[in-house]
Amino acid sequence: MTASILDFRDVRLAYGDQLVLGGLSFSMAPGEILCLVGPSGCGKTTALRVAAGLVAPTSGEASFAGAPIKGPRRDVAVVFQDYAKALLPWRTAAGNVSLALEAIGCPRRERPGRIAALLDRVGLNGQDQKFPGQMSGGMQQRLQIARCLAQGPAALMMDEPFGALDAMTRQDLQDQMLEIARATGATILFVTHDLEEAIYLGDRVIGLKPHPGRIGVEIKVDLPRPRDQVATRESPAFLALRRQLYDFIHGAEGKAK
Amino acid sequence: MKGLVLPALLIALAEVGARLHGPSDVIAPPSQVIVAFGEAIRNGSLMLATRDTLIAAFGGLTVGAIIGLALGVALGLSRTLDRVLELPVEVLRPIPSVAVIPVALIVLGFGYGLEIAIVAFACVWPMLIFARAAVAGVEPRLLEVARALKLSPWATVAKIVAPAALPRIFVAFRLAAGVALIVAVTVEIAVNPQGLGAALMTYGQALRPDLTLAFLVWVGIVGFALNQGLLLAEARLFGGRG
Repeated sequence: MTASILDFRDVRLAYGDQLVLGGLSFSMAPGEILCLVGPSGCGKTTALRVAAGLVAPTSGEASFAGAPIKGPRRDVAVVFQDYAKALLPWRTAAGNVSLALEAIGCPRRERPGRIAALLDRVGLNGQDQKFPGQMSGGMQQRLQIARCLAQGPAALMMDEPFGALDAMTRQDLQDQMLEIARATGATILFVTHDLEEAIYLGDRVIGLKPHPGRIGVEIKVDLPRPRDQVATRESPAFLALRRQLYDFIHGAEGKAK
Repeated sequence: MKGLVLPALLIALAEVGARLHGPSDVIAPPSQVIVAFGEAIRNGSLMLATRDTLIAAFGGLTVGAIIGLALGVALGLSRTLDRVLELPVEVLRPIPSVAVIPVALIVLGFGYGLEIAIVAFACVWPMLIFARAAVAGVEPRLLEVARALKLSPWATVAKIVAPAALPRIFVAFRLAAGVALIVAVTVEIAVNPQGLGAALMTYGQALRPDLTLAFLVWVGIVGFALNQGLLLAEARLFGGRG
């Protein structure tokens, strides 16, 4: 077994007397795509925020690359769901990518070339002078991903990144994300409430149960890569996994009530 | 152009009315006001008074805006500081700036210092309140982005907080500039023997309605020009934002 890059050991998190995470344990191999799914209140976003170093667990241990997570790290990038709020409206697309390059101390003269390459990678070539307000939702999310890639991250924490997009745009971005994952070898923790999306993207899917959040089911996704929006989604293996996950989630929701 | 119809009509009416009324110590027809205006320009009294008032207004605005901005940004960033200073701010803020005149007069005597101090006192509050709200209102997600990128506190203020808050802070500056002119003229009318306010008082008491009205119209023009200039600057600086 390879050394894991992200490790959760009995991670608990409480806000006041409300327990949000009730002891999560899992680990991720480098380059793995792990999807967290579950009903609202299952703590999937909170788990991602712990992994990103944005909140500290109340007890238990979360570690990244062998070291306890003490706060955000530049080699862990966070893609937020609300892309419109996560971009600087007064900076152009190029300027928004530049923010991350400035943060990592990239020399000024190297920035234009890297910005162009990053925008190209997410399919925003030629859009560098547009402001976020002039872009569609899909383009804004692409821009946020470009900014995250500018950090040169070893891992991407993606919090329902495509949840607010229309179906077509969402599928485009899913495929682009898989391509980026393949090309960069980045480890990806992906939070979603869309079961099909989780299976389509993931090497593994963890289904969480709510109140408090804990692991309910863990499914290994053995579908071949590269995946295809039509062929993969209609393969019997995909449908069987979807059924398994669906039964779990709805079972959990039924019991929660 | 339509906006000019009513003023032109009123001026014409004032002209006719004043002329029918005959010579007066309290009102003057617009034509005589224009003549008096030319006289005030020629003898230099208008420019001298304008200079004195603007020095005091801008001096006070600068001092007040810097203090208000610094306090507002600090209070917007720190909840603790905000709570500690909430009571002093809420007690001092409602004091009318004119009410500070007697104290300032004892401490500073007549002159620029007095006027600048009172204008500054009046300008601190709009800057403080707006800057605090603007900084506290910066999108929390952007601050989280700054955390995720591990920006230093200084870089966070320079790259995120300041640009996000700047448009609203500039609006506050524009309002404070209007307040500065009003308060400067008020202080001159009340006590300080210089500037446009003092000229208004002097000519009023000298029974020169033509000069009094000329200066009054001029105060309006200066205030209008100031606001238009700042509006233009605002549009140039922040107009392109989506």
